[in-house]
Amino acid sequence: MEFFISLWETLPSELQYLIWTLIKIVVIVAPMMLAVAYFTYAERKIIGYMQVRIGPNRVGPKGWLQPIADALKLMFKEIVIPANANKLLFLIAPAIMLGPALAAWAVFPFDEELVLADINAGLLYILALTSIGVYGVIIAGWASNSKYAFLGAMRSAAQIVSYEIAMGFALVGVLVAAGSLNLGEIIKAQQGGLFSWFWLPLLPLFGVYVISGVAETNRAPFDVAEGESEIVAGFHVEYSGMTFAVFFLAEYANIILISALTAVMFMGGWLSPFQGWPVLGALFDWVPGFVWLVIKTGFFMFLFLWLRATFPRYRYDQIMRLGWKVFIPITIVWIVVVGLAVVYQVPWWFD
Amino acid sequence: MKVLTNYFKSLFLLELFRGLSVTGRYLFRKKFTVMYPEEKAPVSPRFRGLHALRRYPSGEERCIACKLCEATCPALAITIEAEPRDDGSRRTTRYDIDLFKCIYCGYCQEACPVDAIVETRIYEYHFENRGENIMTKEKLLAVGDKHEAQLAADIEAQANYR
Repeated sequence: MEFFISLWETLPSELQYLIWTLIKIVVIVAPMMLAVAYFTYAERKIIGYMQVRIGPNRVGPKGWLQPIADALKLMFKEIVIPANANKLLFLIAPAIMLGPALAAWAVFPFDEELVLADINAGLLYILALTSIGVYGVIIAGWASNSKYAFLGAMRSAAQIVSYEIAMGFALVGVLVAAGSLNLGEIIKAQQGGLFSWFWLPLLPLFGVYVISGVAETNRAPFDVAEGESEIVAGFHVEYSGMTFAVFFLAEYANIILISALTAVMFMGGWLSPFQGWPVLGALFDWVPGFVWLVIKTGFFMFLFLWLRATFPRYRYDQIMRLGWKVFIPITIVWIVVVGLAVVYQVPWWFD
Repeated sequence: MKVLTNYFKSLFLLELFRGLSVTGRYLFRKKFTVMYPEEKAPVSPRFRGLHALRRYPSGEERCIACKLCEATCPALAITIEAEPRDDGSRRTTRYDIDLFKCIYCGYCQEACPVDAIVETRIYEYHFENRGENIMTKEKLLAVGDKHEAQLAADIEAQANYR
């Protein structure tokens, strides 16, 4: 042990910093990957249950090893690269999808002091990174040199870009209300129990954000980019084996990210819902903030699956109509409302 | 007015919440899945599965090579050759059913005047080599011998309806 400590001290400080950061990244990414794996299992189970089926239950007790089996299967499958595909872009696209979905966690506050990088422009950083994900879809569709993939890419390009605006505006509302771009500060601005969280004063923005989040991650009922009944699998038709698995990982990592962000922006992140309440507040004081965050995130992740099990796919022109003619006007109006409320310090949230 | 109510309905996602409540309720519904290899669905006495040739209790085979089954078979899956046996009775020398051609319609069983060819309740069987899909007379008789008690009971149960 002492040998390792002395060895550690001989390293140059830059290297020490690098190793520490890498360790921190692994500590965030490894549970993330596990969560993604078991989220796919949860999806199959929950959607199965909603369709009065049981879902996977063969691999391991109650099917708990199913995601492991899926991962192994995908790893051992051949990666087919289409003859006329642009090889570099084809292979880079899944990484472009996955990278930002994981990198965004860097500024995410897991608990009061538990942040990898507590930067002031956290919200801006997250908006910037989640926008990069679109390029993964577009590049994948373009590089595959396949008609279906290209159609899927075009659809998702238009869709994600439109909903990005509504989503961005919804977050502008949050930022006006909180008065900060730092995610920790945004949570602290929501102090004081269930009804002081932003979901209530920003209810329209909350709705818009959740729905745009579904559209942003290309999930049902907004999954026209994949649209398996009309364009097979959309932008990732030509992908197989591990490259496909990375798309899959990215999609689910994005869902978890959007859910966690919704919890932070509108549901008070790590704050207890009973904070400051007469009896319940003291009763639930011992629960660590991280647990509340996980519960809230879990609820929104469940919502994604619930929506998928319930709604048929939107028609493409209706998606565009919803994005441009409904969501953007609603968000703009509500930003003005919130702005006025903040300026005139309207009770109970902004005084 | 109607336009206005529709407008509010869609703006507040009322119909969508109703849809969600339906799937939400179904999440907790009892599941009907039959855990197949461990559990099996009940099988009717009329079930038409793998074929069998039956014998009389004396051990004499029932089939008298009348070829009605061969004639009625819509898929031409049955091939019969017959000639008199040493004791002068008419018997088949060959009775093949090609299970790849067979459509399991049960007409052979209906056509048979002596209840010799029947379709059993067996539905779990497979072939691993080419040629195994042909059920020869020996194989059919073996199936019949093995499941005679069940077959007799099934035919008894259906006797009133035939």
